Amino acid sequence: MQQSNIDDRMEMSENLSDEPATVLAPDKEPRTHAINLGALTQVDSRLTLAYESMCIQVRDFNLYYADNHALKNITMAIPQKRVTAFIGPSGCGKSTLLRCFNRMNDLIDSVHIEGTIYLDAQDINDKSVNVAELRRRVGMVFQKPNPFPKSIYENVAYGLRIQGIKNRHILDAAVEKSLKSAALWNEVKDRLYENALGLSGGQQQRLVIARAIAIEPEVLLLDEPASALDPISTLKIEELIYELKSDYTIIIVTHNMQQAARVSDFTAYMYMGEMIEYRDTSTLFTNPSKKMTEDYITGRYG
Amino acid sequence: MNTGIKSWFDSGEPWIWLNAGAVSLSVIMVTGLVVLIAVRGLGHFWPGAIAVFDYQEQDGSRTQIMGEFVDHEQIAKKRLGGSGMENIQGFISRFLIKTGNRDFTGLDFRWVEEASLAGLQYPEAVMLVERREWGNFYGYLRGIRDNGQDLSAGTDLWDTFQEYIRTSEVVFDQIRHIEKDRIGSTNYRMERLRLEERGLEIKGIPAPGQTSVIAAQRRQLQQEYDVLTVELARLYQILNKTSIVAMLADGREIEIPLARIVRAYRPNGMNLLQKTGFYFEKLWEFLADEPREANTEGGIFPAIFGTVMMVIIMAIIVTPFGVIAAIYLHEYAKQGPLTRLIRIAVNNLAGVPSIVYGVFGLGFFVYFLGGRIDQLFFPESLPAPTFGTPGLLWASLTLALLTVPVVIVATEEGLSRVPRTIREGSLALGATKFETLWLTVLPMTASAMMTGLILAVARAAGEVAPLMLVGVVKLAPSLPLDGNLPYLHLDRKFMHLGFHIYDVGFQSPNVEAARPLVYSTALLLVIIIIVLNLAAIRIRNRLREKYRAAEQH
Repeated sequence: MQQSNIDDRMEMSENLSDEPATVLAPDKEPRTHAINLGALTQVDSRLTLAYESMCIQVRDFNLYYADNHALKNITMAIPQKRVTAFIGPSGCGKSTLLRCFNRMNDLIDSVHIEGTIYLDAQDINDKSVNVAELRRRVGMVFQKPNPFPKSIYENVAYGLRIQGIKNRHILDAAVEKSLKSAALWNEVKDRLYENALGLSGGQQQRLVIARAIAIEPEVLLLDEPASALDPISTLKIEELIYELKSDYTIIIVTHNMQQAARVSDFTAYMYMGEMIEYRDTSTLFTNPSKKMTEDYITGRYG
Repeated sequence: MNTGIKSWFDSGEPWIWLNAGAVSLSVIMVTGLVVLIAVRGLGHFWPGAIAVFDYQEQDGSRTQIMGEFVDHEQIAKKRLGGSGMENIQGFISRFLIKTGNRDFTGLDFRWVEEASLAGLQYPEAVMLVERREWGNFYGYLRGIRDNGQDLSAGTDLWDTFQEYIRTSEVVFDQIRHIEKDRIGSTNYRMERLRLEERGLEIKGIPAPGQTSVIAAQRRQLQQEYDVLTVELARLYQILNKTSIVAMLADGREIEIPLARIVRAYRPNGMNLLQKTGFYFEKLWEFLADEPREANTEGGIFPAIFGTVMMVIIMAIIVTPFGVIAAIYLHEYAKQGPLTRLIRIAVNNLAGVPSIVYGVFGLGFFVYFLGGRIDQLFFPESLPAPTFGTPGLLWASLTLALLTVPVVIVATEEGLSRVPRTIREGSLALGATKFETLWLTVLPMTASAMMTGLILAVARAAGEVAPLMLVGVVKLAPSLPLDGNLPYLHLDRKFMHLGFHIYDVGFQSPNVEAARPLVYSTALLLVIIIIVLNLAAIRIRNRLREKYRAAEQH
């Protein structure tokens, strides 16, 4: 079932890649894109930031690692129940910005910030905010799969147990639901009590996603979730993102422009800590307004 | 040629040989040590043959000597002789004989020259009697006197003798039970009553009711005590009415009361099976019995018990302190010059000579803390100290202090091995820092903590110097754990294997006789420490296996 679904999509991308001209604006010269523009047809090209209801608002946000000014005057809004991608060269600050949304940067002593980030109109850096509570609302999946050295079941139930849920039936149901949402249930249902470290890398990453959605966050942050995976596993993760966006606001950091084009509704291009361009994905990739963006997506960067 | 050597050097071959040589040398030294201790220590329990021979003394007279060959050496005549013999060349061969019978000859051992030795034989009738006092007796059994009446000297005399020994052993056990357990318990309760009375006196004038209650209890205890002494006198009478008549090698006949005899055997008449059985009997006695004769005979059970007890209490103290300190230092403290300083201090603490800890323990724990505790909680027994004197608790605390750096360092190392991604994963799920530590990080650190703990235990079990100041004694009258409330007596002094080795080897009146016991005790100590270390390695490997995959992030 799962396999055939993936096959369909692979086929679909191949078919669509043959006709990029339909997406390109007719008055422009065709560019030599570094990405497969055909993937863009999967996203709804009528999306516009101005019409979206926003989940996260960032205002005049600056972040410093000691003296290093890592994020410069970021102002942006992340739309609700859409997939937003951050792209840009290494060290441009996209992961740093992502980690600001669940205050993961608090763990680093040398970081200090200016400006505000609102989650549903609440300043998440306010002293009254409980960080653990915030992180329950804003889940995160990391670059490398990091399952705990516990059983598959305990991995998924971890967040719920922390919330004090001990009822076996509730936990069982939540674990099954999360694993199904993460498209992992069929593969692990017979070995739920085996150590999660025995899973393959791709399975581990989906397990980590299941773990994150088990506590039903509002926002899901994905920090290069597929960069350590093989192409098939990557495709499965992308498939999963596609499924999840009806329930969650998803923000994904990726190095892979193809991936950004395939999975995201909106894309932000960052460079040296600055937000260069941020708009709906199809426009950004086909008709960028900034020269720097165009250089990057056509592979002329650097 | 020259280039050949150069290329040989460049190939790294000499380096490999050097390393291999160093490793072999270390292995040989360690194995040699263990083998030496094992052979000397384990051989002690084997019943050796008893020889009888004619010996020509220096003055020309001839004597019969009976005993076991213990040692043999070649020695220059020069060294032996008195004045005027310095010029004599050559060597003589001489043997060390364990002759026993210290009460008759004044010496347990003597050297005999091989040249003056004649008519060596191993008669089957020779017996060795282990006595409760005066060490071994070597001689011939001549008769048994029961209640002043001579038992006929027949062929079954030896069997009758063995029967008597068994009976007397039963009676002796009863005596020991009464003396140690029942009279000990009565005395203990009597002392408690005295303290209670004294406590009432200190608080003010005691109510007449209370004094009369105490007096009544004391009368009752006194009655119990009287009954026990009567019983004891009766048992002693049974024991003392029997004795054996034995003949020394020189023909003297002497009498040994049965009460003094532990066991008697005729090693020359034993076959291999009997010797093996006897060997294990002696080995068991060594492990399970109490020492006799200033620790040179009997077993070392109190020392084993004391060592284990102290190590357990130390582990209970050191684990929480070490682990909590490491967690604070690694997880919560702001990293900076101060934490670096603390780390350096902790590492250096591990290198401080242990006697320094002993002095600190004596000054701080025993005199300061113990003295305060006595004043506050045990004023009734003053001026006799309760905790203001070396004891089990202070020894355990001192060793806990000595080993806490080991636990801290090991735990910190374990904490730093937990990958950041695992912590972040937990935090990202809404866990607080404490929940992350408790549910994820600490289970992954368990192997390191375990390693640290058992290394600490192994070190503590082998430590002697500080213990001499804070609680170990040569001979403890009672174990720190017994049937009297509150069962565990942390204020008591105790015996310890390491100190036992020192004591038996260097402080005993009969060093030569005790030397094999030094090896046996050392072997036991080494075995305990090896077992602890192997356990540590096993546990660590098992836990590490469990988390290895997670640590590779």
